[in-house]
Amino acid sequence: MSKNQEFVKFDKVDKSYDGKVLVVKDLNLDIAEGEFITMLGPSGSGKTTCLMMLAGFETPTNGEIFLDKNPISNIPPHKRGIGMVFQNYALFPHMTVYENLAFPLKVRKINKDEIDKKVDKALSMVSLSGFENRMPGQLSGGQQQRVAVARALVFDPQVVLMDEPLGALDKNLRESMQYEIKHIHESIGVTVVYVTHDQSEALTMSNRIAVFNDGKVQQLSSPDKLYEEPVNSFVAEFIGENNTFAGEVTNFQKDQCKVKLSDGSEIIANPISVNSNGDRTTVSLRPERALINTKNKMDNNFKGKIEEVIYHGDHTRVRIELLGNKEFILKVPNSSANMDIKMGNEINVSWNSYDARALDPK
Amino acid sequence: MSSETEKILTTDGIPLEVSLKKAERKNKIKAFLLVAPLLLFLLITYIFPIGDMLMRSVDDKMVTEMLPKTFKSMEKWDGNEMPPEEVFEAFYLDFQKLVEEKRDGKLSTQLNYTKNGFKSILKKLRRKAKNFEEGNYKEQIMAVHKRWADVEYWRAIKRRAPAYTTSKYLKGMDMYKNEDGKIVNVDEDRRIHRVLWLRTLEIAFFVTLLCFLMAYPIAHLLATLPMKYSNLLMICVLLPFWTSLLVRTASWMILLQQQGVVNDFFVMTGLVADDNRPEMMYNKTGTYVAMTQILLPFMVLPLYSVMKTISPSLMRAGKSLGGTPFITFWKVYFPLTIPGIGAGCLLVFILAIGYYITPALVGGASGTLISNQIAFHMKSTLDWSFASAMGLMLLAGVLAIYWVYNKLVGIDNIKLG
Repeated sequence: MSKNQEFVKFDKVDKSYDGKVLVVKDLNLDIAEGEFITMLGPSGSGKTTCLMMLAGFETPTNGEIFLDKNPISNIPPHKRGIGMVFQNYALFPHMTVYENLAFPLKVRKINKDEIDKKVDKALSMVSLSGFENRMPGQLSGGQQQRVAVARALVFDPQVVLMDEPLGALDKNLRESMQYEIKHIHESIGVTVVYVTHDQSEALTMSNRIAVFNDGKVQQLSSPDKLYEEPVNSFVAEFIGENNTFAGEVTNFQKDQCKVKLSDGSEIIANPISVNSNGDRTTVSLRPERALINTKNKMDNNFKGKIEEVIYHGDHTRVRIELLGNKEFILKVPNSSANMDIKMGNEINVSWNSYDARALDPK
Repeated sequence: MSSETEKILTTDGIPLEVSLKKAERKNKIKAFLLVAPLLLFLLITYIFPIGDMLMRSVDDKMVTEMLPKTFKSMEKWDGNEMPPEEVFEAFYLDFQKLVEEKRDGKLSTQLNYTKNGFKSILKKLRRKAKNFEEGNYKEQIMAVHKRWADVEYWRAIKRRAPAYTTSKYLKGMDMYKNEDGKIVNVDEDRRIHRVLWLRTLEIAFFVTLLCFLMAYPIAHLLATLPMKYSNLLMICVLLPFWTSLLVRTASWMILLQQQGVVNDFFVMTGLVADDNRPEMMYNKTGTYVAMTQILLPFMVLPLYSVMKTISPSLMRAGKSLGGTPFITFWKVYFPLTIPGIGAGCLLVFILAIGYYITPALVGGASGTLISNQIAFHMKSTLDWSFASAMGLMLLAGVLAIYWVYNKLVGIDNIKLG
């Protein structure tokens, strides 16, 4: 089965609310059929605006959005056939669960038997069978969210949009809902466009993630690539934890470079977005990629002084001063080998140059 | 289970319930003292006057007290033939006493309410009674005027014997108790109150409808516009609300009169001929226009406060699920505004049904309401008991509407903001 790789296509889309500032700048984004794509970014980065343009509640200032090759900018929201799950659920408070789910079917003039069947199916999908006659106000937050998901799916839309749907739930519930939504997506194969500012949510659920900042897609790739190989310092900073060194490229080679830091020391790094000697750069290193007192041979080895130790149970977070950076974080697994981690002690820190990514300067 | 709870004791050995009551008594007293001034105020300014009004509307003691002997002697009289001599004697004695106390005028007014024609024959009786001889008062009184020999007039007096009466209420509905004690309608050309009641209901209904039709879009705008515009609009709604009622009514008089601004505008634009200016005041039109404008905020504010709580994402959800804007409005938005509609309509209707100043000033003869009639009897005819009776009928009407409303919509569904 060949799937349409450009099922949803943003083509050079700009959006401005006031004619002065562009909220979305020259957005080009292809979403494949059946894909679970997440728009991730800080608030104000334009991700929700993109979603609203796709849903039809905002019109692009420039450019066009295609759904299955048809331009949809001039189609009103109710004719787009796109399901949507809202942050605050947006269940109709005066209707029962059944009536809420039947609403999209009734407006499509589907007959009663068919409606009953579809509502039944949708409710069992979110494991809420038997809740037909409850009012939304009688349900818990998680149940309301499940009803909202069921309602967005009950009329078999081509695309389902989710606008921070789990934002109002507590942590445990949020996690279990993440899996539930992911499983629903896998079982029915609908295209999902998901908006969130929670990176762990994005990493667990998505096929691909589009990281938004400042109205632009900073990086569009699978979750593992996004985490392991961020293409710029914003993505590196935004996804996961990150140690940084600012400096200047001194010895540029194709797959390795030296970076001179402000305190005069030099580290070896992996050149990603630097091209020549003299470039300013920010070197990014994941905390778990730096090891202490290791016997493995690595090409970066430095001494650091422990400034702070925070106990986390399965691991310990250690803040050290290293090469003039007082905010260098290490994650040390809880093991008997690491008993000498005490405030004020000196330790050896090592990492592979491949993991130290020389990105654009901040 | 209760036996278990009874067993619970505090550490001092006092039952917990007793201890709790003791601890809470102080708070209860404090709470009562806090509301006491208001309670007293309500008692004096509301409960007591309403009670007094109720008493006044059925009170008919005045005549009962003026003719005590007469009514006592009338007890045995069956009312079919002329009363016996003792009734005449008692009446003569009662009447002479009233003349001495100079209260006979009041009696004649009161009796005239019951039956026309008492005023002149009582006046004549007072003149002639000075020369009455002792004994055989029946002959002497009957000789004063032929009406005194008419049994109808004596029956009319007897009807005033009870200390309480419903006649004022009947009068308010254009009915009365006839000589046989049956409740009948007054002659058609004298029925004024029913027309007024109906007109009051009609005007209150249509004013409520007009207010609703105009307020709904305004309230919606208020609730959905961005803050800086909605604040301005809110001021536009509230400014008239804060302006004196009289000022607003007076400005409508300036606008609506035949040589007024609106008519001038119509003439200027050629909509009407100069010699054919429509009358927009001193009739129903004036009442409708002015009352609708004045009561509009009472509809806007409850609607606004309800609409403000409706999340815009509900409309979006409706649309994204495939509902056209109209269906989404009708199935999602409108049902959610019903509590506001209920509150606004009830408020406006109840205010309109008892409206007084505006219809009095711009209503003319065809645009006045029942409240104007009440005021007329309070101030001009001084028939306070009749005014009280009509006031209570109005109150009962409002309570009835409230009751029906509660049955239909449910008072819990009301939201006043």
